[in-house]
Amino acid sequence: MLLDGLARLGRSGLGTLERLGRAHLLLAGMVLGVGEVLRRPGLLVAQLFNIGVLSMLIIGVSGLFVGMVLGLQGYYVLAQFGAAESLGVMVASSLVRELGPVVTALLVAGRAGSALTAEIGLMKATEQLSGLEMMAVDPVRRILTPRFFGGVLAMPLLAAMFSAVGVLGGYFVGVGLLGVDSGSFWSQMQSKVDFQEDIVNGVIKSVVFGVVVTWIALFQGHDSVPTSEGVSRATTRSVVHAALAVLGLDFVLTALMFGE
Amino acid sequence: MAKQRGIEILVGLFMAVGFVAMFFLAMQVSNLSAAVNGEGYRLTARFSNVGSLKARSPVSMAGVRVGRVEDVSFDKDTYEAVVTMRIDTATDTIPDDTFANIFTAGLLGEQYIALEPGGSMDYLRDGDEIAHTQSALILEQMIGQFLFSKAGGD
Repeated sequence: MLLDGLARLGRSGLGTLERLGRAHLLLAGMVLGVGEVLRRPGLLVAQLFNIGVLSMLIIGVSGLFVGMVLGLQGYYVLAQFGAAESLGVMVASSLVRELGPVVTALLVAGRAGSALTAEIGLMKATEQLSGLEMMAVDPVRRILTPRFFGGVLAMPLLAAMFSAVGVLGGYFVGVGLLGVDSGSFWSQMQSKVDFQEDIVNGVIKSVVFGVVVTWIALFQGHDSVPTSEGVSRATTRSVVHAALAVLGLDFVLTALMFGE
Repeated sequence: MAKQRGIEILVGLFMAVGFVAMFFLAMQVSNLSAAVNGEGYRLTARFSNVGSLKARSPVSMAGVRVGRVEDVSFDKDTYEAVVTMRIDTATDTIPDDTFANIFTAGLLGEQYIALEPGGSMDYLRDGDEIAHTQSALILEQMIGQFLFSKAGGD
């Protein structure tokens, strides 16, 4: 009885380690497949379209509204201390450092990551991946690698769009509606937001999130049980795991970058 | 073929918008545009205490920013702080008996250098040193002096 419980614990531990190992082998295979992407840039362009271009609308709209809410809420708090001129600093640094990379990663995980998982899972369920292997084409190089690099490249660009649109949204609300002085909005922002410290670190963050989100999505698809139920579970797991990984990693990265 | 071309155009647009957004963040939101502006000439000044003055703090005359602090270093022989300022080229008529003060913007705001022009007809040039300086007011010291004079007065 006791041994049964122990055996089950051991089995689940071994299973987790095995999955972790398969995930890292997949990552290594995709990173080593960079030559394939350089040889066939058309494959990468198609994935940049799927992941990047098609996510632009949701990124732009969310960025605008997040920036506008930040402007509105920040104004009410800052006005109490007579520091409404610092609104630009608050909006820009919270967007560039945290909200831009994190919210973009969450949106991409929901919008593009789930689609990637479902696509790869269905390819596996309908034995297209096995078919490619029969034709001596490596499905990891041909199918997964372009998607991986598409996600890694698209994420920082999408995060930059999110932050830029968000700053403009904060400007419209702060300067347009609430009457903060336009000059001090920009000049305070420029004097307090540092290029190295804030912008570059934000871009590094979003590249890391791009790797993590696409890696999780592709692995979940590649590792799914090839049935309709298996694919649907893999899609759910992809979004949940990606969101948890992004939020956890964000804390670690923030502590490393801004913690001194 | 036409569809592939349409996708390529859209991806190109996507990347262009992404790079424009990054450029906007770098130039308009962060201090990169101010840091790149390396024109102007250098002046130095020695203070016995610079308070919390840092590189990139503003240097102003009559309340208008005319330059920025480039570097704050410590002179181990005289135990003074040496502040290097970069003054905009347009402001090339600073008299050589100008007084440099370290003031605080507001009660708890950031510190900056205020230049008060003297009456001399000779102007400071690149590499010159401002001879007359007044150090930063340290709030704790002021409170200490105030309490001390109060106690002494009774």
